[in-house]
Amino acid sequence: MRDTAVTRDDIFEVLSSVMDPEVPVLSVVELGIVRDVSVDESAVTVTLTPTYSGCPAMHEIEGAIRRAVLEHGCGPVVIRTTYSPAWTTDWITPAARAKLEAYGIAPPERDDDELIPLQRRVKSIRCPYCKSMNTERKSAFGSTACKAIWFCRNCAQPFEEFKAI
Amino acid sequence: MTEQPAANDAFFQYLLRLGDDRLVLGHRLSEWCGHGPILEEDIALANTALDLIGQANLLLKLSGEIEGQGRSADALAYFRDGIDYRNLQMVELPKGDFAFTIVRQFLFSSFALLQMDALTKSSHPELAGIAAKAVKETKYHVRHSGQWVITLGDGTAESHDRAQRALDDLWRYTGEFFLSDDVERTVASEGVGLDPSTLEPAWRQQVEDVVRRATLMLPSSTYMQRGGRTGRHTEHLGHLLTEMQIVARSHPGAEW
Repeated sequence: MRDTAVTRDDIFEVLSSVMDPEVPVLSVVELGIVRDVSVDESAVTVTLTPTYSGCPAMHEIEGAIRRAVLEHGCGPVVIRTTYSPAWTTDWITPAARAKLEAYGIAPPERDDDELIPLQRRVKSIRCPYCKSMNTERKSAFGSTACKAIWFCRNCAQPFEEFKAI
Repeated sequence: MTEQPAANDAFFQYLLRLGDDRLVLGHRLSEWCGHGPILEEDIALANTALDLIGQANLLLKLSGEIEGQGRSADALAYFRDGIDYRNLQMVELPKGDFAFTIVRQFLFSSFALLQMDALTKSSHPELAGIAAKAVKETKYHVRHSGQWVITLGDGTAESHDRAQRALDDLWRYTGEFFLSDDVERTVASEGVGLDPSTLEPAWRQQVEDVVRRATLMLPSSTYMQRGGRTGRHTEHLGHLLTEMQIVARSHPGAEW
């Protein structure tokens, strides 16, 4: 028998403790992939949107959400997936951006306008370690679908960027 | 059911075409994993493969739902034979050298970006949502492969020759991008899909621009291959499917 006094805000509170497995400094709420929560007599419904079509962490995230809600005695849980509107890094809040940088991942900038720029040079971003702007992008693709690889010429430290999408 | 059976079948076929292009090309790209010329490229190609296979998963899942026979994305991917695959012949060609993989990716992704951008206006909300997601990912693929086409073409004599050879070998497979038949005409008239022939001018402009900047020559031949959309494939698809499907077919129902 589920606790019928559970509110939508309670569930958001629970989900704020579920961390993204690949960016463990951000919760699934801060990352913006929880699009909606609804609560009725039969179940808690959590609507998610993936960051990338092929994000391999989605199964793990769904499982972690399910476990967290059940552990708080708020189950049963129904998880829905939506693709529209498509997830964008613009949904990552300023507070979450600061956490990313403190963790060593440069937060996302705005998406580039130009499809194939004439110059190969990419606008530099700030090194999350030494804050220098003397950085270069090594690859637009990194250890996970959502990250790019950068190198800081000032502190000689490779770092990742949460890339704009 | 409000939709006519014929329109429903056309939409199912259309989604298979979209899904199969991405599944087969994603598989070809995954063959680079551990074999990239440099670590960053190894990672980039594997990431692109992941995006394409992710898109294929969504498109094939939807096509199975539209078909209404209970087939999942996995059932469609692993338990169809080559003759039932609906991908473009270009995407099944062996990965070749790095230049071949890059030029193919650029030709395909430039087409895919226009196609997915147009499909964001599909009257089918789920397909429109998948397309909006795919547009964001495909932009990265076009940027990455386009930059590499320029780097290779306008690079050393060796990289230029390889890029030119790849373009020459791939050109006759581009005509199939823009062919339309009853399936495309039906989905276009229903507003759920699109007639790809409308995309050719914009695609050509983009390709010509990059080819020129890469100091390459656009092939002058006009002969074009066709057949993938109706299940006539090159010999290469069968070998690809054998490798891709062996585990699922040897252990049906296995989970891990």
